[in-house]
Amino acid sequence: MLRVRDLKTHLYLKRGVVKAVDGVSFDLASGETLGLIGESGSGKTMTGLSLLGLPPKPAGRIVAGSIELDGRELVGLDEDVLAREVRGRQIAMISQDPMTSLNPVFTVGEQVAAPIRAHGMAFERSAMDLAVDELDRVRVPSAARRAGDYPHQFSGGMRQRVVAAMAIACRPRLLIADEPTSALDVTIQVQFMDLIEQIQTDTGAGILFITHDLGVAASLCHRIAVMYAGRIVETANVDKLYSSPLHPYTQGLLDSVPILGRRQKRLRSIAGNPPDPLSLPGGCAFHPRCPHASEICRKEAPPSVSVEGGNVACWLVADSGA
Amino acid sequence: MTRYVISRVLQGLIAIFGALLIVFVAQRLSGDPVALMLPMDASEADFAAMREALGLDRPLLIQFAIFLGNALTGDFGQSYQWNAPAMQLLLDRLPATLELAMAGLLFAVLLAVPLGVFSAVHRGSWMDRSAKVFAMLGQAIPGFWIGLLLILFIAVELQWLPAYGRGTLAHLVLPAVALGWYPVAAMTRTLRSSMLDVLESDYIRMERAIGLPERTIVWRYALRNAAVPLVTMVGVYFANMLGGAFVIEVVFAWPGVGRTVVDAVFARDFPVVQAGVMLSAVVFVVVNLLVDLSYGFIDPRIRRG
Repeated sequence: MLRVRDLKTHLYLKRGVVKAVDGVSFDLASGETLGLIGESGSGKTMTGLSLLGLPPKPAGRIVAGSIELDGRELVGLDEDVLAREVRGRQIAMISQDPMTSLNPVFTVGEQVAAPIRAHGMAFERSAMDLAVDELDRVRVPSAARRAGDYPHQFSGGMRQRVVAAMAIACRPRLLIADEPTSALDVTIQVQFMDLIEQIQTDTGAGILFITHDLGVAASLCHRIAVMYAGRIVETANVDKLYSSPLHPYTQGLLDSVPILGRRQKRLRSIAGNPPDPLSLPGGCAFHPRCPHASEICRKEAPPSVSVEGGNVACWLVADSGA
Repeated sequence: MTRYVISRVLQGLIAIFGALLIVFVAQRLSGDPVALMLPMDASEADFAAMREALGLDRPLLIQFAIFLGNALTGDFGQSYQWNAPAMQLLLDRLPATLELAMAGLLFAVLLAVPLGVFSAVHRGSWMDRSAKVFAMLGQAIPGFWIGLLLILFIAVELQWLPAYGRGTLAHLVLPAVALGWYPVAAMTRTLRSSMLDVLESDYIRMERAIGLPERTIVWRYALRNAAVPLVTMVGVYFANMLGGAFVIEVVFAWPGVGRTVVDAVFARDFPVVQAGVMLSAVVFVVVNLLVDLSYGFIDPRIRRG
């Protein structure tokens, strides 16, 4: 359904160019949930925004690559066409912070009805009636009454449900969820993840689930793509990735997570710091922190090679001829 | 809510009292009105008799107490120069001032809203920069000078519009522009900066992500958020204009409250000046209260239980 190839989104800042997304490729099928994980600044959110054609203005621009949704190329489409035919209609996004993602001066009903009206989806019934249905679908209690309330009258978890209702109101084919649970309490997190699974069952949408939380990703996603410094370094099925990660960065990430029931003296962390986005190291961007780095890692970026159940971009794997 | 309104009204009464006290004392320091009322050759006895008749021979505190007592019954005294009730004199001219203030404000809002919004949406463009220059000029050049220029070029040279007086809609244009000149500048800058903040907010990004048309996002969803500080300004300027478009009314010979009060100041017509201060203080307090209450209509978070 979604086919992304060699996507590059750069930010042109006064201090230099940040290659926030630097050659990202992945596929996503209907009904599938792909986790996009990585640390802050690795380009996860920027990848999500690029899919919507909304890199931050005026600094950000998609400079190369292709985004195909059901065979239609989205890169290079007119802004009007993107707004009218793609955003909210085919691709929608649940953003990070429920406290700031809703417009404070409009009722939640109006806000959920807005995409329905904008995309002309209300036929026999009014957009507001349909909005109430959506609020009901995301399990906002007594939705009909609460549709007239303002965002500040809702809790964080409820607001995130409203945001989800806005996103799915027009039944998008692709739902981008950008750390939708990071700002929520753990119990609310679990409820919200259940809700996302429910939405997927109901609508059959493909979900790109952006998170830095390996636990959340493991419980929700079918496949996982690991991002580092603007690139996807490893893609694999969930079981495969957690049991036998191939990329040293993935290994490092998994080692840094405590596992319930396993006795560990202390958690291992990845040596060094994330690279300066303005001047990424040459070759493989991970080489200064990699315990296995060799000469070639410093000189040349590793190609992404297919392995069983996924892809890896690492010389260790590429050289072993796997 | 009721408690809030009551406490605001009490605060307002204190403010009105303070304003009256200051003006009452200050104008009596400015000189003796009787000197302007009697002919040059009047005798010292005539002066004394006149002062006594007007109550000006009594101690200041007593005068103020008497004035307040009368004011509470709605009696602000007789105008020295017109021999008519001072407050009535001003209330008769209030419609003219109201008309000018509303026109000035309308001009300011109609110009400031598109300018502010366009400047924010097209930040850094030539339009933004010219709006900035325009706003700086607006804030740097006093309204009366603009008024004089307008009279000179539009009324005298081009003879497009009348230069002074009140009557037709055409008479209203130049004074309204001169009066709205400063607020346009201030409102444009305020709206631009609040609009810039709003346009970068998460909820606007969310609205873009669900495919709302950019025009709807800017003019409906963003503007209502960005308008809150603008409403304050509209209220303050409206109160200012109502209570004292003094200079502009004088420049354009507009028969309003402001010009009447200015005349009264020069004539040392104490009752009219006092009534004028009372009127603008009340207008100021009332308009500010209304503005504060109106926030609730724009921003539901401010609504009180």
